[in-house]
Amino acid sequence: MVKFDKFTLENGLRVLVHEDHTTPMAVLNILYDVGARDENPDQTGFAHLFEHLMFGGSVNIPSYDEPLQRVGGENNAFTSNDITNYYITLPAVNLETAFWLESDRMLSLAFSEKSLEVQRNVVCEEFKQRYLNQPYGDVWLKLRPLVYKKHPYQWATIGKDLSHIENAKIEDVKAFFKKHYNPQNAIMIVGGAINLADVKKLAEKWFSPIPEGQKYERSLPQEPLQTEEVIETLEADVPSNAIYKVFKMPGRMEAGYAETDLISDILSQGKSSRLYQNLVQQNPIFSQINAYNYGSIDTGMFVIEGKLLPDVDMAYADECIWKELEFLKTELVFEDELTKVKNKYESTKEFGEMSLLDKAMNLAFYELFGDANLINTDIENYLKIDAADIQKQANSLFKKEAATTLYYLAK
Amino acid sequence: MLNRINPPAFKQIENIEFIKAQKHLLQNKIPVFVIDAGEQSLVRLEFIFQNTSWQLDKPIMPSITNSMISEGTHALSSAEIASKIDYYGAFFQAEFSYDQSSLNLFSLNKYLPQTLPIIKEMLTGAIFPQKELEILLTNQKQKLKVGLEKNSNLARRAFTAALFGDSLYGYANQIEDYDHVKREDLLAYYKKVYHPSNCTIVVSGKIEKALLTLIEELFGSWTSEYNYENFEVNYLSSDQKLHYLEKPDALQSAIRIGIPFVNRKHPDFVGLQVLNTALGGYFGSRLMNNIREDKGYTYGIGSGIASLEKAGYFFIATEVGVDVTQQTLTEIEKEVNLLKTDLMGEDELTLIKNYLMGSLLGSLENAFSHAEKFKNIHFFGLGYDYYDSYIKTVKNITPKKLKELANQYWDYSSFYKVIVGKM
Repeated sequence: MVKFDKFTLENGLRVLVHEDHTTPMAVLNILYDVGARDENPDQTGFAHLFEHLMFGGSVNIPSYDEPLQRVGGENNAFTSNDITNYYITLPAVNLETAFWLESDRMLSLAFSEKSLEVQRNVVCEEFKQRYLNQPYGDVWLKLRPLVYKKHPYQWATIGKDLSHIENAKIEDVKAFFKKHYNPQNAIMIVGGAINLADVKKLAEKWFSPIPEGQKYERSLPQEPLQTEEVIETLEADVPSNAIYKVFKMPGRMEAGYAETDLISDILSQGKSSRLYQNLVQQNPIFSQINAYNYGSIDTGMFVIEGKLLPDVDMAYADECIWKELEFLKTELVFEDELTKVKNKYESTKEFGEMSLLDKAMNLAFYELFGDANLINTDIENYLKIDAADIQKQANSLFKKEAATTLYYLAK
Repeated sequence: MLNRINPPAFKQIENIEFIKAQKHLLQNKIPVFVIDAGEQSLVRLEFIFQNTSWQLDKPIMPSITNSMISEGTHALSSAEIASKIDYYGAFFQAEFSYDQSSLNLFSLNKYLPQTLPIIKEMLTGAIFPQKELEILLTNQKQKLKVGLEKNSNLARRAFTAALFGDSLYGYANQIEDYDHVKREDLLAYYKKVYHPSNCTIVVSGKIEKALLTLIEELFGSWTSEYNYENFEVNYLSSDQKLHYLEKPDALQSAIRIGIPFVNRKHPDFVGLQVLNTALGGYFGSRLMNNIREDKGYTYGIGSGIASLEKAGYFFIATEVGVDVTQQTLTEIEKEVNLLKTDLMGEDELTLIKNYLMGSLLGSLENAFSHAEKFKNIHFFGLGYDYYDSYIKTVKNITPKKLKELANQYWDYSSFYKVIVGKM
């Protein structure tokens, strides 16, 4: 059980406070409701590049990291297709430093040309390191546009192309800040060895002077129903053939999400899972195979990816995956199997609550959906699922005409 | 008017509380170290075994033995073990490191009577079935093939090989090693290493009384004909300092630079950690500031000191654009030398001291992290006073002492330099 209090400042900033006195530390987490899906198709990778620029100095504070390290704190951030999330952990006695730093960069950035120039290079190197200079590293750059024809999920957070990052201008940076970085588009979580009254005082002091800005109204092209199977083959310098199979699935808070999540666990959570037992152990086709989903807010991706053993025929491997999916559609899952994945969900949640930062991030994410208390109640959506629900969901997911498959072949 | 220019007042970290491990002995003398903390009703149990002498002709035998332990016992098949562990929402990890082979169980307290006996099965009745062994070897071989396509892995392999030669610490697994693993060897190694007198149990989480009774019941009467055997690591470093592996198509060069080094047992270790922090041990380090934040050559660069039981090493690691490989090497050398020639400013040193104290405090998040802190001292023959002296050293070290340490331990020309990519 994660307890919390909530208040909203006049400028629209939502603040959630989670007291946890088992640690001497505090965390300050700010989620901005902007991700790669909000980018202009000609300027992809911008939300992520912008995240880097948030560390390049703010209007009153030339260096972000240094004063934080000076009080024993650490910070980092990540960008996804849906959100951008920033966090600080520091000794709770020095909490005010976090308020000072975070409020100043919400107020305004320094917009330094030097910082833009350097971070463009850094992000280009990140692009190379993670996506280009790795075996199979480019797979999602290729796959996303095959899966999404309309929705901006068709590009990865790093961007479509290095040139989009190389061409970023300081005016674009300023416009992006104005559009997305204001109190109305943010959710702040303060957790750890702190108390509600102090947090209220600090939030009023540091954040309420920030102008409310404009509320960003999102209106994204939604992805139409897929009616034709997509199959693509590519060759690259990799040691073994791989297959990637994607089905569109419900968004994070939509009906059917929890069922789909459990289906991925039945297929691939742990060594007792179906794909591992059947296609790695009993009938060895794959050296590794996984099923997972992206947990996206809009229509998401359910993914099955496997690396084939040498000499295994690709068509046969594909057929074996389909056999597993068909089995989920025609036969009810075993009761033990269902209990197993529910138990695993429950214990994963319990283990997750050992980490203050994880709790803070989850609170922010659930609050984005309008109710942070989902952190405690979302599990009910999982526990009430029965075998018939799973079968029904499998039937709605795994249709031939809704599949996108990439054969990634070794040259 | 709110002053946004000057930072708010802040406090120094004075007291750091460690939750100390409580020692129990089972009837057969297996030590059980207990760290009791936390709100969630769950525990981690680690069964830790010291590795034994390593053989060049059977280089991957110890790690394969470790991975195979959960692949079948007299009573349970590999599939049965997996489904029991998964059914109770538990997690199992077999972990092989330079010094130790471990089996770790993460379980909710309420399911321990069901989950813990499976560990006993693995420790006393593993049979290393041939079919599972073949599958494991094939799959690990495939994984290694993928790994060998990553320049950062190639650099790491060449680096440890240069430092530690053909030894447990230096050997890099080869594809053909997977063709020469024999079931009988694994069984023999299993008996020689996984036995009570070579076992340490570390339990962390919310500890209920019944757990200790259960551990005694399951493991207290476990016997073996084998006795504890100390292991040695003898290594010969390479004569060659520069190891360059050209990759004509590379977009980035992976760089590793460093030398064999002192480990945690050495009185200079903490001082050297402070020195390393300045060079490349945190986001605000000199290497990060220069090579990422000023020049934009890389997504990241860092340095560290790895403490192994029989040795240690110091390393600098990064991946940079191929067009700036040479410039990066020049800048790294410059930064190492600056710490030898110039006294560190008080301002930078104070920041590092505060940062390290905050990090230490933050690294004690939960029972598991307190267990990590315990293992870090226990297996090096140190006591909790190590942390007292750590804090004292961090708080009191002077620029002069850091400069002396840099001169005593760092000589760039003697560093091993591995570059995989282009230059």
